[in-house]
Amino acid sequence: MPTLLRRYGIWAAAMIMCGVLPLIFKSSFSISLLSQMGISIIFALSYNMLLGQGGMLSFGHAVYLGLGGFLSMHALNKIGGGALPLPLELLPLVGGMAGVVAGVVFGWLSTDRSGTTFALISLGIGELIAASALMLPSFFGGEEGISGNRMVKMTLTGFKFGKSVEVYYLIACWMLLSVGLMYLLTKTPLGRVANAVRDNPERAAFIGYNPRSVRTLQFTLAAFFAGLAGGLFAINYEIITAEMVGAHPSGSVLMMTYIGGVGHFFGPIIGAVLVTFMQQSLAGITHAWLLYFGLLFVMMVLWAPNGLAGLIMMHEPVWKAGLLRRLLPSYLAILVPTLVMLTGIMILVEINYHLSLSINPDDPLTLFGIAFNARSPVAWGLAIALAAVGLFFFRKMVRWVNQSWNEVTQAMKGADR
Amino acid sequence: MTAVALKIVDVHKSFGSSKIINGVHLEVLKGERHAVIGPNGAGKSTLFNLISGFYSVSSGYIALNGQIISNMAPHLINRRGLSRSFQVTNIFPKMTVFENIRCALLWPMGYRHSFWHMVGNLKKVNAKAGEILERIRLADRRDIPAGLLAYAEQRALEIGITIAGDADVILLDEPTAGMSQSETAHAVELIRTVTEGKTLLVVEHDMSVVFGLADHISVLVYGQVVATDTPEKIRQNPQVQEAYLGKEIE
Repeated sequence: MPTLLRRYGIWAAAMIMCGVLPLIFKSSFSISLLSQMGISIIFALSYNMLLGQGGMLSFGHAVYLGLGGFLSMHALNKIGGGALPLPLELLPLVGGMAGVVAGVVFGWLSTDRSGTTFALISLGIGELIAASALMLPSFFGGEEGISGNRMVKMTLTGFKFGKSVEVYYLIACWMLLSVGLMYLLTKTPLGRVANAVRDNPERAAFIGYNPRSVRTLQFTLAAFFAGLAGGLFAINYEIITAEMVGAHPSGSVLMMTYIGGVGHFFGPIIGAVLVTFMQQSLAGITHAWLLYFGLLFVMMVLWAPNGLAGLIMMHEPVWKAGLLRRLLPSYLAILVPTLVMLTGIMILVEINYHLSLSINPDDPLTLFGIAFNARSPVAWGLAIALAAVGLFFFRKMVRWVNQSWNEVTQAMKGADR
Repeated sequence: MTAVALKIVDVHKSFGSSKIINGVHLEVLKGERHAVIGPNGAGKSTLFNLISGFYSVSSGYIALNGQIISNMAPHLINRRGLSRSFQVTNIFPKMTVFENIRCALLWPMGYRHSFWHMVGNLKKVNAKAGEILERIRLADRRDIPAGLLAYAEQRALEIGITIAGDADVILLDEPTAGMSQSETAHAVELIRTVTEGKTLLVVEHDMSVVFGLADHISVLVYGQVVATDTPEKIRQNPQVQEAYLGKEIE
């Protein structure tokens, strides 16, 4: 029983969580946020099949999401018109197949080399598809895109998909299935050889593998899941525009995956959840959200290149050795100056955004429930003081954190002997 | 007459205007251990890169078991039964030691690009990978990322990857380079056992290794084979002494 729990416990927990979440967060905003998170999780994990597992840095992964979405939308309209006998629940498979077809073609074209060559070709293909989106309005629908109606007669489950929570459950099911399949793929010969090609393509050739074939296959499978996510997108929003194949979602999935962590399977899941949350909720709170998002991304690249998953997994051996307690005091201590410093920076950013973006900069700015004039020297002084004091103590506390880590590392080494 | 495993006929290789390999003739017999020696810049590594398909030949041909392999892609040559190691350690650094060996077994054992098998369930592959780890004495390091191994251990792993697929012809490029004396002794012993019954072609700088290991030695000077013979005769060959060995042998 314990082995069974260890093996499948996490999956069972994920299923229960997906089932329960919409019962707790009932507002239409939360349901749509959760649905988008599900789509992003599939998309980010599919992206990590390229970047993390295959060593292919793509700047054009949205091509497969977008093409999957467009083809699904056309199929949806055919289903609605009675021309295509396909239940709505299986529509994402149309997106997946579109991804596969595009993935085989563009994959073979772009995977002869990895590294810079691959990255640039992926960027080129992305631009190519985005440009053709405006040239082929019959398929891409021109500026206004293509819309559809997901309330079709033909369903498997009896759901009518009029309520967004029903769509959420459909997305959740496909998400769980896709996550499971992508996880299993890492444990197959292809998955392992993709790692080998990532690590050392030259050596991989001398153990019998054509690096290009391995990359193309991995690329195609990744494109399948991206296309599937696109199909879910089509069902969820009932509209898809040419922006979906463009540079913006391609860059966004790269950042999600990177922030989450490319080195661990679950990393992109964290990244997708966090970034989607920021995109949907922070964007409603502040105009400056992209700046905060950019700052987060830069900080992760500089100081935590293994992403949030890397930060978490760093603590696994410490936790196993039962020494996590010894790190906690320094962590709590660094939290205070960090918050002070970030508050200072945030006030400065908000003041500047207010001054340059408001219709009347002399209108009071409200932060933390306090309304004040953005030109007030008191506010400026306070913000700068908070940032400076925070930074000063932050640097002191960093030393403490480092020291605690050294002690813990020493203690673990000692226990080994 | 013994069959020829590897036959190199009048092979030339130039990079731009510089001729590195200048009409090499070489025959490696099935089941023998054959060493290639020569001064720095003689073209030993280039020769290996030509045989293994890393470079294409400018003229001439190379045959493996009677089939022409020159100018084929490396993975196709490997699938015909030729495997090589590298002078500079060339492993999969982020993967575990065990995974390095297992990956080298997947193609030859028929799993190729499969994405419908679970590697954990491939009993024969896993058993064989474990066995190879025992033979290269890395069994207790199996779950460590290969990039964290000590240098000599990485060299042993490199040999493990090279022999894992049961290729008939093994090319080792300076397998003991950079090793201490005791490490070298271990490595030679390892090479001797793992290449039992196979054809071995080895480039090596350490003369004690060469003379202890090889059945035949070829001397490569300025891109040409100046002599091929048994170790004893090579030692006495005046042309070889002049060209390469100098007086240190006497």
